[in-house]
Amino acid sequence: MPPPAESTQPQAASILPRRSVPLSTSTCELCHIRKPFLRRPKTGQKICQPCFFHVFEREIHNTISSRNLFYRGERVAIGASGGKDSTVLAHVLKVLNERYDYGVEFVLLSIDEGIKGYRDDSLETVKRNKDQYVMPLEIVSYKELYDDWSMDDIVAQIGNRNNCTYCGVFRRQALDRGAQKLGIKHVVTGHNADDMAETVLMNLLRGDTARLDRCTEIVTQSADSPVKRSKPLKFTYEKEIVLYAHYKKLDYFSTECIYSPEAFRGTARTLIKNLETVRPSAIVDIIRSGETFALERKKGGTALKLGSCERCGYISSNRICKACVLLEGLNAGRAAVQVNGVEYEPDEGAALRKRLEHLSF
Amino acid sequence: MAVSLTVEFSGGLEALFNNSRSMNLSLASRDGSESSPTIADLVVHLCEKVMTSKRRELFVIDGYHVRPGILVLINDADWELEGEEEYVIQQGDQILFASTLHGG
Repeated sequence: MPPPAESTQPQAASILPRRSVPLSTSTCELCHIRKPFLRRPKTGQKICQPCFFHVFEREIHNTISSRNLFYRGERVAIGASGGKDSTVLAHVLKVLNERYDYGVEFVLLSIDEGIKGYRDDSLETVKRNKDQYVMPLEIVSYKELYDDWSMDDIVAQIGNRNNCTYCGVFRRQALDRGAQKLGIKHVVTGHNADDMAETVLMNLLRGDTARLDRCTEIVTQSADSPVKRSKPLKFTYEKEIVLYAHYKKLDYFSTECIYSPEAFRGTARTLIKNLETVRPSAIVDIIRSGETFALERKKGGTALKLGSCERCGYISSNRICKACVLLEGLNAGRAAVQVNGVEYEPDEGAALRKRLEHLSF
Repeated sequence: MAVSLTVEFSGGLEALFNNSRSMNLSLASRDGSESSPTIADLVVHLCEKVMTSKRRELFVIDGYHVRPGILVLINDADWELEGEEEYVIQQGDQILFASTLHGG
């Protein structure tokens, strides 16, 4: 098989080198032998399954090696939810680690948010992945980290409106703490190109210029986290991830979280998918735009001062970390319920946080 | 002319079809003509006769067009190579609708 064309910086079909031989629609555009099975959204090429596996894996390897994501002997945790993205990530990293001899030790790290009928089932998938990929598995739960609160308990108390705020803050810290428990300083996540394009759009639409600047970085190390994050699937299309998982018959879990997702994100996602239908390269084009935005910095920038949370001792740029602020609200509600036997009035997560931050400064 | 085929759902779409992941169907062309049915005919049939959920917009938009973000595979091949909605279904075809929209 001739080496198929590769790219870490995907290009639009129109600027791919022209071939002198006319394109045949009946054979793969890379090997010119087998029947094509799919059209790559990134390049428009019609290719067969073996060539697809080759370019799919090779591009992820190129991303990893060109950005020096790993070093030999490094221990790296794979944030594993049991869903398609992290399952494909774990599979491909295992393949590449062996094929290109990265010398990296991978561990699966899962968060149990405590959502019955959703996370309990997906964790069963991760437990099977542990054996399939021969990687150790660590599961950390919200219940053990956050004063015995599971997401089900939180939603029972605050209702169905702001739960993603809580879950987001808690999950970020939970991944860090899980990694630290394992003595690991690097977590890779399964965020794909579609996710990243969606985040660029959301930050643009919200005018969140601080995040717009950073959200396309492949490696992020934030001031209030001791753990580095990276996204090896940054340039990988969701369509190809689903096809790869399907053709390789990977064992993954696909059910939507039972709690209503953020409406704004859903709208951005629909927009991305509609754009992809009309112009498949739109996804990488949006990422490219995000990467090349140069935003003017305000004078006397707001460098974050590192400290630790007065409550839990965790690294925080505020006196009290976000998770503890949210927990305080939850615990106050729980106490009120216990004392009065009346229902706690739900509070807006963001408003609550602002109020508490104001009080503590 | 009626053809028999297998339809599969994955990626969460099964929830719209009574949690059924796979079903065998016999399908004729919508206009009652002698010609074999197309994917477009199949999608209408699935919406009208098979779907158990009221949330049709999770499967089709603008009438009966498969929603962007849902992958369609015809005998494991990307439907973009086969003419998409206009593909004429052959006896024994296996057609998979896979949502790519769910979390990872």
